[in-house]
Amino acid sequence: MLTPPRVLPAGDRALVVEYGATIDAQVNARVRGLAATLDATAPTGIIETVPTYRSLMVHYDPLRLAVSDLERILLAADAGLADEAVLDRRTVEMPVVYGGEFGPDLAEVAAHHGLSEDDVIAIHAATDYLIFMMGFMPGFPYLGGLSPRIATPRLATPRTVVPAGSVGIAGQQTGIYPTDSPGGWRLIGRTPVQLFDAARTPPVLFEAGDYLRFIPVSARESAEIARRVASGAFAPVIRVESVHPS
Amino acid sequence: MSWIDVLDGGMLTTVQDLGRVGAQKYGVPASGAMDGLALRAANRLVGNADSAACLEMTLSGPELRFGAPVVIALTGADLGALVDGRPTARWQAVSVAAHTVLTCAGVRDGMRAYLAVSGGIDVPPALGSRSTFTRSALGGFEGRALRAGDRIPVGVAAEPPRGPGRRLLRYAVPVYGHAHSLRVVMGPQDDAFTDEGIRTFLAETYTLSTQSDRIGCRFSGPRIAHRTGADIVSDGTTLGSVQVTGDGLPIVLMADRGTTGGYTKIATVTSVDVSRLAQAMPGDRVRFVRIGLDEAHGLLRGAHAWLDAIRQPGTQEEDPAAIYDEDSGAALAAEGYLDLASALGGRLAPSPRPART
Repeated sequence: MLTPPRVLPAGDRALVVEYGATIDAQVNARVRGLAATLDATAPTGIIETVPTYRSLMVHYDPLRLAVSDLERILLAADAGLADEAVLDRRTVEMPVVYGGEFGPDLAEVAAHHGLSEDDVIAIHAATDYLIFMMGFMPGFPYLGGLSPRIATPRLATPRTVVPAGSVGIAGQQTGIYPTDSPGGWRLIGRTPVQLFDAARTPPVLFEAGDYLRFIPVSARESAEIARRVASGAFAPVIRVESVHPS
Repeated sequence: MSWIDVLDGGMLTTVQDLGRVGAQKYGVPASGAMDGLALRAANRLVGNADSAACLEMTLSGPELRFGAPVVIALTGADLGALVDGRPTARWQAVSVAAHTVLTCAGVRDGMRAYLAVSGGIDVPPALGSRSTFTRSALGGFEGRALRAGDRIPVGVAAEPPRGPGRRLLRYAVPVYGHAHSLRVVMGPQDDAFTDEGIRTFLAETYTLSTQSDRIGCRFSGPRIAHRTGADIVSDGTTLGSVQVTGDGLPIVLMADRGTTGGYTKIATVTSVDVSRLAQAMPGDRVRFVRIGLDEAHGLLRGAHAWLDAIRQPGTQEEDPAAIYDEDSGAALAAEGYLDLASALGGRLAPSPRPART
C-alpha cells in the first residue's frame, strides 16, 4: 500500500507534491506518473508542472483555481496512478567520443581506479541511465545509475569553460553539459549532438523518465554526426519498450 | 513598422514579459519581469495585453530614441526619466512623437523601471516568450542586454493607439523607500529549521547584498539555524522561494532562478511582495512577516483589482470619494488600490477580500 504524498505550499502560486526525501526510482516514477496524468487532463488553472527527483512542483493561477480544489485534483490524480497498466520506456542513444581532446580527464579517472581507459569507457557505456529530472541549466539531465567502479570526485579547481556536449563524472553522478559553461566535472568524452535548441519543439531530445545510453563512436563518426546535426538532418536513435509492472 | 533605437544601453536593460511558461520541466528558467505588477500596469496604461513585452531598465536607465509616434508608459522605479530633456509623468500613458529621445537623470526611488510602448516590443518569441535569459542567450533581443546601436522592433498598436492620458491615481502609485516588509508563506521545508531558526528569520532585520541579481536576492544578517543541514535532494523552486544555504543566510529566488535546487526553502515571498523586493536596492533593510495562504491570495486579488481599475474611466478622477460614488465594481477596485498601496508600502494589509464577481 503506497502512502499518499505530502502536499506543501510553495507560496501563493505553487504547491509541492512530495513523495519522499531520497533519490529512489520508485518515488521518481510516481512523480512522473502524476505529471503525465496532469499533462493529459490539463485541469484549468494549472500553469505548468516540474518533476524533480522526489516531488512535483505544480504552478497554478489562484485567481482561476482555488487551492482547495487544486489539492483535491492532485490527490485524486495520485489515487488513480495505481491503475497505470503499461508504461513505455524510452532509451535515447547518445553517441560519445571518449578520451583525447574530447575527454581530457579520462586518463586520470582510469588511474584513480587502477583501470585502463578502455575499462572506464566499457563501464560507462554499459548502463541505461535513468533521467531523474532536468534542471541546473536548460537541457541538463540528472542521471542515476553510475557504477561506483568509476565514480570520481570533482576537479579541485573547476574549468572556466566546459564545451557544450561534454560528458563528465562528478562523485556518484554522470551527465552532459548542454551548453558551454564553467564546471568542475571530470570530462571523459563529448557528444556531437545538440542537447538544447530553443528553435526546436520540444527544445530537448529527452526528458525526465527517459533513459540515456552512451554509444562510443570514433572522432571520424562524431564529425559526420556533427555535420548532420548542423544541417538539421540528425535524429538520435530512440528505443521504446513497453514495461508491464508486476 | 516601428522601432526604438538604443543610444546607450544603461546598466542593464532587457526585453521582458510575464515569463516563459511550460519549459521549466526542461530546465529552462521562467525569466520575465522582476516586478510583474509594474509590467502589467505599464501594458494596461498603453492599451496592450498584460503579456506584451516591455523594457526592464535597471538603476541607471538607457538612452532611447523612438522611430515613430507611439504611446508609452513608465512604471516601477523612478529613474528620473526625461523626454526630450523634460521631466515626464510616470504611471501615465504619454504620446511621444517620432525621434523623441528618452534619457534618465538618475534613480530617485526603486531599482527597476518598465517602459511599455503601444504595440509591445516585437522581438521573436523563444519557447513562447519574449523574455531575455542572458545566461543562455535565450529570447529578448539577440538573447542579451541592450546596447548602443541596437534597433528594437515595436509591434503594431490598436488603431488608434489606446491610452493617452490614462493614469493611476496619485495615491495608488507605489513609493518604494529603503525599508521593506516582505510577507511570506512558510514552507515547503520550514520543518528543516529549529524553532530558534524560525524565530530568527521572522524577528530579525536582513540587509540586501550587492551580490543580488535577476537570479536571486542575497541578504546579510543573523544566521538561521537548521535542524540537521542545509542540503536536500533537489526539488522545484518558484518565484520568491526563500532558500537558506549552509551559511544560514536567506536567498530569495527571483525571475532567472534555476528551476530546481538542493537547498532547504524556509518560506516563499508572496507574489505581491516579490514585486516590492524587485524594487529594493542593495543596502535596503528587509523584514520577513509570516502570513497565511488565504491572506496571500487575498493580497493577490487586491493587486489585480488595482490593475483592473486602470482600464476603468473612473480612474481618471483624482478624488477618491468620486470612485466610491461609482458602481460597486469601481468601489471594489478602489479598495484594491488601498490594498496595494498598503502592500507596496510594506504594511500588513487588511483581511482578505472576496474575489470580484
